Amino acid sequence: MRLSSMPLLLAVAALAACGGKPAPEQPTPQAETPAAQPRVNQDSIDAANRAAEEARKKAAADAAAADAAARAKGLAGEVASMIHFDYDKSDIRQNDQAVLDRKAAIMGANPGLRVRISGHADERGSDEYNLALGNRRAGAAKRYLEGKGVDGSRIDVISYGEERPLEQGSSEEAYAANRRDEFEITGGGDNLKAPQ
Amino acid sequence: MTRRILGALAALAVTAPLTLLRSTAAFAQDTTHVQDKIRIVGTYQPGTRPGLVIVPGGGIDSVRAIVKRDLDYSDRFEVVVLPEGAPSTDAARSGAEAAAGINYGLYRSFGASYALELNPDGAGVLARLHDLASSKPINQLTATLPAPGDAGFRMAVHRLSDEVVRWVTGTPGIAATQLAFIMDKRLYRVDSDGYSQTPLTPTGTVALSPAWSPDGRTIAYYRLGEGKGPLMLLDAASGSQSALPGTGTGTNFAPAFSPDGRSLAYTHSDENGSDIFVASLGGGGAAQRLTVGRYADNLSPTYSPDGRRIAFVSTRAGPPQIYSMSADGTDQALMVPFDFGATGPSNAPEWSPDGATVAFHREVSGSPQIFLYDVAGRRVKQLTSSGRNEDPTWAPDGRHVAFISDRTGRRQIWIIDTETSRVRQLQAPGAARLPAWSRRLR
Repeated sequence: MRLSSMPLLLAVAALAACGGKPAPEQPTPQAETPAAQPRVNQDSIDAANRAAEEARKKAAADAAAADAAARAKGLAGEVASMIHFDYDKSDIRQNDQAVLDRKAAIMGANPGLRVRISGHADERGSDEYNLALGNRRAGAAKRYLEGKGVDGSRIDVISYGEERPLEQGSSEEAYAANRRDEFEITGGGDNLKAPQ
Repeated sequence: MTRRILGALAALAVTAPLTLLRSTAAFAQDTTHVQDKIRIVGTYQPGTRPGLVIVPGGGIDSVRAIVKRDLDYSDRFEVVVLPEGAPSTDAARSGAEAAAGINYGLYRSFGASYALELNPDGAGVLARLHDLASSKPINQLTATLPAPGDAGFRMAVHRLSDEVVRWVTGTPGIAATQLAFIMDKRLYRVDSDGYSQTPLTPTGTVALSPAWSPDGRTIAYYRLGEGKGPLMLLDAASGSQSALPGTGTGTNFAPAFSPDGRSLAYTHSDENGSDIFVASLGGGGAAQRLTVGRYADNLSPTYSPDGRRIAFVSTRAGPPQIYSMSADGTDQALMVPFDFGATGPSNAPEWSPDGATVAFHREVSGSPQIFLYDVAGRRVKQLTSSGRNEDPTWAPDGRHVAFISDRTGRRQIWIIDTETSRVRQLQAPGAARLPAWSRRLR
């Protein structure tokens, strides 16, 4: 009850304060030159426009940079994507040829790009044989890239055998995921350009 | 008092190898006893397991327990357990039997052929073996032992056990040996009875493919770094290690010492494939290349005991199979026969110390099993069938084979006696891999 009557009391008090007496006349501001007034306004408008334009440009540049970064990141991701192998095989699968073709194109557009290919095996098969198999799998990918014009000196080959499984466990799915080549960018991986 | 003397001798025993002191004083009546040659007892037949009683006694229970287990694991004896309270001596008997303190008749009645006495003897243990058929002691020795719990105590007792085996069979036992293996990426060694398991490489490094030098002083292994790495030579006593020169690039694994200990054959693998090289350990010159695989892999060498041949794995015909060559790389040929398209991949060969057999594993229905190849008879025999069984390694007796089996659910070291097919599991808590059995350790 008391709270709801408060605004009413305030309004009455305000009316009493204003009552009767007219407000003092405000002096008209004197411009130094009559023509300067539009000029100043125009300058302000221009400045605002320029600022807006720069902001637009900066936003566009930021967006472009973000796009480029995203594209470069996407390209790096494509370089790093894995390929997989059949059991006890080191032949490049047909569906992985396009994956390697794309890596070769990106390496072609970025001459400073260097990669390291590591070959891996599933846990079946002999531990020591799998070290050899890992090298063979990584070597197969390197030879494929060389065949697409990439200089072999830009590609290192290593083998982890069955020592670094991606998926734990003894299922066919885990085995299939673990029979792979991984591709790691070891140099020149910043600001990757897309192939033309 | 005995304990005090043993303790005083412990320091000596750590630095000095076990000395086997043979005494003839107690055998003045045994005119056929030969001091320096081993007299083989006529009742032992290869392929049989004669009964052996360990005579009850006091004071050295730890020694008695270790020897009893060693003799059991030798698979040369049926260790006869005496009924509770069985008398060890027979007061009613007289003459030589009573003097020897051994109730020959009683032990014979338990089906034993031998009785082994183990008694404290000043600085160590007096071991005396009796032949029950002839009711005579046939050999004895006094072994100096470090105090129980001291470094070297168990190995000294193992050497005593091995000597007892030699008295009966003419060949020492295999108790005084160790196995190197990989567990959780680290190199370990463990005594042949599963005790004294010790890591040899630190956490954070990855070890694979251990192999012993013939003198047991060095273990070679592959240290996997960033997908490649050198062969390391580790001093088993001090733990110090160094990389084998020439193994600085690529993957360098599956080493094998030549029987004279002067060379190390190994697999070098890189993008061009895998081939076998041999390096001189005395320094001097680059490693010699023994195989040229081109588009085939050659790996996992193992020397014949005379050092003239090397068995190895090759994919030259497609799937990996077992081949052999001269130690200089010439005269390469298929060794273990296989049916193309039907026989599973074959890997991990190891030539037996007697030269007669090459053990390896071969996949049967997708699971590796241990096989033995009879070199002279050119016959292949499957040794295991339950679970995955892989990476065989020979004991120095050419009779026992250790391997990795997952028959209990995880990969662990098992030992099989190839004569009787008796198996036992080596005590090891974790998931073990890639075992390598040492020669007899001095």
